[in-house]
Amino acid sequence: MNFTRRDALILGAGAATVALLPVQAFASPVDDAIAAFTGGAATTEGGIELTAPEIAENGNTVPVSVSAPGAVSIILISTGNPVPDVCTFNFGALSGSQFGSTRIRLAGTQDVIAVAKMADGSFVQTSSVVKVTIGGCGG
Amino acid sequence: MAVGVKPRVKVPKTAAAGDVITIKTLISHKMESGQRKDSDGNKIPQSIINTFTCDFNGQNVMSVELHGAISTNPYFQFKATVPESGDFNFTWYDDDGSVYTETKSIAVG
Amino acid sequence: MIGSNLLRVASIATIASLAFGTITANAQSLIINEEELMITQAPAAAHLENLDEVFSGWIYRTKETQSLQLDDFDNPGMIFVDQALDEWAKVDGSAGKSCAACHTGGPAEFAGLRTVLPRWDDEAGAIQSMEDYINECRTERMQADAWKWSGTSMTAMTALISLESRGMPVNVVIDGPASDAWEQGKDIYYTRVGQLDMSCANCHENNYDTMIRADHLSQGQTNGFPVYRLKNAKLNSTHARFKGCMKNIRATPYKEGSDEFRALELYVASRGNGLSVEGASVRN
Repeated sequence: MNFTRRDALILGAGAATVALLPVQAFASPVDDAIAAFTGGAATTEGGIELTAPEIAENGNTVPVSVSAPGAVSIILISTGNPVPDVCTFNFGALSGSQFGSTRIRLAGTQDVIAVAKMADGSFVQTSSVVKVTIGGCGG
Repeated sequence: MAVGVKPRVKVPKTAAAGDVITIKTLISHKMESGQRKDSDGNKIPQSIINTFTCDFNGQNVMSVELHGAISTNPYFQFKATVPESGDFNFTWYDDDGSVYTETKSIAVG
Repeated sequence: MIGSNLLRVASIATIASLAFGTITANAQSLIINEEELMITQAPAAAHLENLDEVFSGWIYRTKETQSLQLDDFDNPGMIFVDQALDEWAKVDGSAGKSCAACHTGGPAEFAGLRTVLPRWDDEAGAIQSMEDYINECRTERMQADAWKWSGTSMTAMTALISLESRGMPVNVVIDGPASDAWEQGKDIYYTRVGQLDMSCANCHENNYDTMIRADHLSQGQTNGFPVYRLKNAKLNSTHARFKGCMKNIRATPYKEGSDEFRALELYVASRGNGLSVEGASVRN
């Protein structure tokens, strides 16, 4: 059979549509990861700050830091990785400020989400887009 | 025990009572994400440090749950309040059951 | 007004840099641990016909990557230096010796060594890299197995020894008995190879400071080696980097530890004469 580039594109588009259907019908893994942390409670904006590079030179090691004064714990979630969970910081009695900094892997350009659980049980959320670049010769 | 795992911790040697200090930790670890495949196309199983904790004189400063998206050689920076002289205890828990520890003393005065 | 003049100067500078396609945006001083100032920009050595100035690859990185090198604790390459210190004290081989058994002064005995390597060695009758000296110690004096050229133990040890020269300017000798190898290295540098038909010079001399897709091209200096790369999260040797570059241009790479790569290492090091050794540097 003659399999042209056009055929491949049409097939690809069909497959993409099929792949999208369940996403529309059910919650995404990212939503699930957030819900697992919040117990389904609503989140508001403000009171949480996520610092990440606008452009990461390599997705293997992306420095990020997050801060939410008064938080009990903060979860970092990636929207474009095979597994959404990145890490959760839990702050103890001797935590000097509700701040954590680490280095993470991002599979491609995507939003990174941070959600903080506050001492009163409420949740705040923010996100930051990180563009992940690919080296010059594909190397 | 995973090969060549070595923790590094940076804590100030002295502080005033009640000071908030910055702590940095780094540990050499592959953090095999569970997403990679070997040359035969088989998935390489996840093997990561899954939990990190920092305590001071028995009281918790911070704990972190790690997943496969934490980079090779996991790094953390965070803040601690120092009420008195004592020891910071750092513990890393490996998927393979290994536990790595490090202790740093701080003098308040 | 002074303010608006400054603004005008700044915008002219921006336009000029756009017009010439130069995009160096992160120029700032590389001061490690708030006390050690690195020379990241220097007048080109006399033998460099096509460059006026040489630059450390550090200045071409984004500020996030740059900052990883500002503090030895933030620099992930330093955990391997710690490992090398353990290795230094460890007895290995049938002679029952460690590095420390002979080198009682510690790694500090090697202060300055990194600046002059690779170099001509009369005894060996060849150009020798730091890896050669380490393996000579291991096989002859320790009666231990040689390390792989770019293995974890080797790159960690070269990092530990390089660190003793950090901040000192690279100063390899290119004349006398070294001149043949230096000429050979220069030939390799300028010879187009591989399916992409490119030489080192195409990227690192003619096009540094421009973007190759999403990557900011450097001059390909080796003063920062061994280098911790974010890409593979480990220390990388110069020969491994040469090999990677050659693969990228679809050429058949020379072998790590080959005479060709020693010659190229000498030539490329000489292009960076005057830049500081950066010990274990951090790059993308």
